Amino acid sequence: MYDFIAQYPLLSALFALVSLGAVFGAILGYASERFKAEGNPIVDQINAILPQTQCGQCGHPGCRPYAEAIAAGEAINKCPPGGQAGVQALADLLDVEAPELDEEHGEEKVPHVAFIHEDECIGCTKCIQACPVDAILGAAKHMHTVIASECTGCDLCVEPCPVDCIEMLPEAESLENWHWQLPEPTSRRVDIIASDASEDEAAA
Amino acid sequence: MRKLFDFHGGIHPPENKHQSVRTGIATAGIPDELVLPLAQHIGAPSAPLVEAGERVLKGQMLAEAAGTVSVPLHAPTSGTIIAIEERKIAHPSGHSAPCVVLRSDGKDEWVEHHPIADYKSTEKQQLLQCIRDAGIAGLGGAGFPTAVKLAVGPSKPIDTLIINGTECEPYITADDILMRERADAIIEGTLILAHILAPDKILIGVEDNKPEAYSTLQAAASGSAIEVVSFPTKYPSGGEKQLIEILTGKQVPSGGLPADIGIVCQNVGSAAAVHDAVILGQPLISRIVTVTGNAVREPQNFHALLGTPMHFLLEQAGYEADKNQRLIMGGPMMGFTVPSADVPIVKTTNCILAPTADELPVNPPPQPCIRCGMCAEACPASLLPQQLFWFAQGKEFEKAEQHNLFDCIECGACSYVCPSNIPLVQYYRAAKAEVIQLRQDAEKSEHSRLRFEARQARKEREAAEKEAKRAARKKAAEEKARLAAEAGSAEEDPIQAAIERAKAKKAAQVAGSANESQLEKLEKAVVTTRKRLDTATTKLEAARAEGADHADALQLGVDKTRAKLEAAEKALQDYQQANGTPQAAAADATDAAQAAIQKAMAARDAEANKSPQDKARDALAKLEARLAKSEARLQAGREAGEEEKIMIALEATVERLREKVAAARDQAQETEQC
Repeated sequence: MYDFIAQYPLLSALFALVSLGAVFGAILGYASERFKAEGNPIVDQINAILPQTQCGQCGHPGCRPYAEAIAAGEAINKCPPGGQAGVQALADLLDVEAPELDEEHGEEKVPHVAFIHEDECIGCTKCIQACPVDAILGAAKHMHTVIASECTGCDLCVEPCPVDCIEMLPEAESLENWHWQLPEPTSRRVDIIASDASEDEAAA
Repeated sequence: MRKLFDFHGGIHPPENKHQSVRTGIATAGIPDELVLPLAQHIGAPSAPLVEAGERVLKGQMLAEAAGTVSVPLHAPTSGTIIAIEERKIAHPSGHSAPCVVLRSDGKDEWVEHHPIADYKSTEKQQLLQCIRDAGIAGLGGAGFPTAVKLAVGPSKPIDTLIINGTECEPYITADDILMRERADAIIEGTLILAHILAPDKILIGVEDNKPEAYSTLQAAASGSAIEVVSFPTKYPSGGEKQLIEILTGKQVPSGGLPADIGIVCQNVGSAAAVHDAVILGQPLISRIVTVTGNAVREPQNFHALLGTPMHFLLEQAGYEADKNQRLIMGGPMMGFTVPSADVPIVKTTNCILAPTADELPVNPPPQPCIRCGMCAEACPASLLPQQLFWFAQGKEFEKAEQHNLFDCIECGACSYVCPSNIPLVQYYRAAKAEVIQLRQDAEKSEHSRLRFEARQARKEREAAEKEAKRAARKKAAEEKARLAAEAGSAEEDPIQAAIERAKAKKAAQVAGSANESQLEKLEKAVVTTRKRLDTATTKLEAARAEGADHADALQLGVDKTRAKLEAAEKALQDYQQANGTPQAAAADATDAAQAAIQKAMAARDAEANKSPQDKARDALAKLEARLAKSEARLQAGREAGEEEKIMIALEATVERLREKVAAARDQAQETEQC
């Protein structure tokens, strides 16, 4: 053996490398089978960031399909309900530059809740079928109503209504959801000298 | 002498406490109308038990606790409930909240009291229930339900009970005056709390700027296990965590509760309220409120009923509204501006501050942070206020959270020392709210996701079930066909039979359609018979010429054929006579539909020719007939005892028809007149 190695150093080196490669290849091959990840974990992480309104404004039938599309390389700025904050969070996760929200898919707006004008409802169940989160309650030929706490404000029930009795109402500010706002950034404009006065005051 | 500790930071703002303790506690009296918000505490708003118009007695429960972290609400005086509605409350948002509105009758009539005679021999649970039913929520300012705080599990043994008589915030003297005037009640209440918690040490902490309160408490506590401790004045030593550190040297862990380190802290006001509830059987219906500030002529403390409008107290203190530019509930450090002087006193209202513009000037505009670090030196929670400020401003809430944003007690020490006048606390409050909002949103989106996925799964399942049903039906049909085939030729294949039947039917139809060519058939018969006669005649002549034997037989055949020909010709003639020309026959056969259309057209023409009187009369007659029919149907339905819904519909129909009949009658009369 020693003689052989001494005689053909090149061959023995080749042999050593090949056998190492074979051993590690076998280990890796086994590991890839044994520790196979179910599904794509990045999809779950993206899906966790998406707002789950299931509104389809991104052009996909729900948030998870869009998460899958993002994982497959689609743009991350197609989700208006998530807003710029959502785009930022996705950019942080995927370690890419955060683009501006794509206005083509809708604007970022305050959360809305669907409201059925119940005296106009004819009980056609079309909105119930359209609701992605089963937030509309009702039966055929009976009045329907929205379970406000379950509504994601996705807008999908408005279009199918044949009598146009569904309205998207912005969530009203109440004692429950009121909270302190950050101090006005404009108030940081300091009136040190007279010309610092705001434009309104200057005009007045 | 007890060893005292110090906490990090703190400030020494001007105290301004002397103004309001020159006189004792004044009784505010009973206002005409009391407004009692259902949410005066931390936790779920209480659920009303009374209705508008109901008369209630003083101390009667108006609303019950909704859930564990909630307290009930009681009537502060006897009177009538006039409404349960949204009213403006003391809240920085200026929003309204549901309130019970009580009009007092001036009699101040109590409900029956149920005091606990001997609390020492009473079960701990019963005492807790008594405190809970009395509606006691922390009177120091936060309003956390006292019974919840006391109900610590056996896994967290309590070794120290601390009663907080610090009252570190400037201007406020409500606890100070309470300690001076009701020291016995406080000591008694403390002993009840100690009986419930069974701690090793009972401490009452009082700042050294209240020597009178300290000595009174000291005297009242002599002979008991209670130790009254005085310590140097510093803001905010009245904060629960800060007081614990001063008295025990222990720090409450970040995000934890004092109970985690074996300590429970209660306010002196709460201790007195516990005394009233257990020993006197009186629920929490009033509290001590300091009314102070330079815009009142006689700053003093009032014993006020909950629900008393603020202006009721301010007037008694000599309020000069023109001097006061904003009204504050609480102290100058942690209080907030209330929307108007009509808002009611609640369980957490310890002070109404009416400062003049000079006294509490509006903050000058903030200037950029110069990173001086004074806020970090002042922070009693050892946070990095300027760092938190940058994160809040840049909306990097996650980083702010990592820098322990939620350990901020919003004491305002940082804002107080800031040389750039930055409203730091407002940034932290907003950042906290934002973080909580984000958490709620995340929770909601998770909930929506689960619902969406559940719906998807349900739809898939339904589709699969449908598919399975269809497959089963298909299989059953195939099986049937196979069985039929196996049964053999004895029983005909149903499909084959159907095809045969269809064929037969078609043939019959063809035969039917041949009917109209009867004429042709007859003509054909005549022609062929004549041909046969001709051939038969030639054959007969040939046979005769040969003189064959069968000439007689042939003669017979020729005769027969001739007779047939005659018969055929006759039939043809008869047919032609019977039907006339074929074209005329076709024109005659107009189908029934065409006839109906024509009839209708004729009727319409007739209708058009009718006079309007006739028309109206006809319409009336028709409607009357319909009405009669509907009435009959309704009658029948009534007798058969139909469903109510159907009956309503029928009645509506009859009603409608009646209206129509009336209208038609009017029209008929009108047309006849003209």
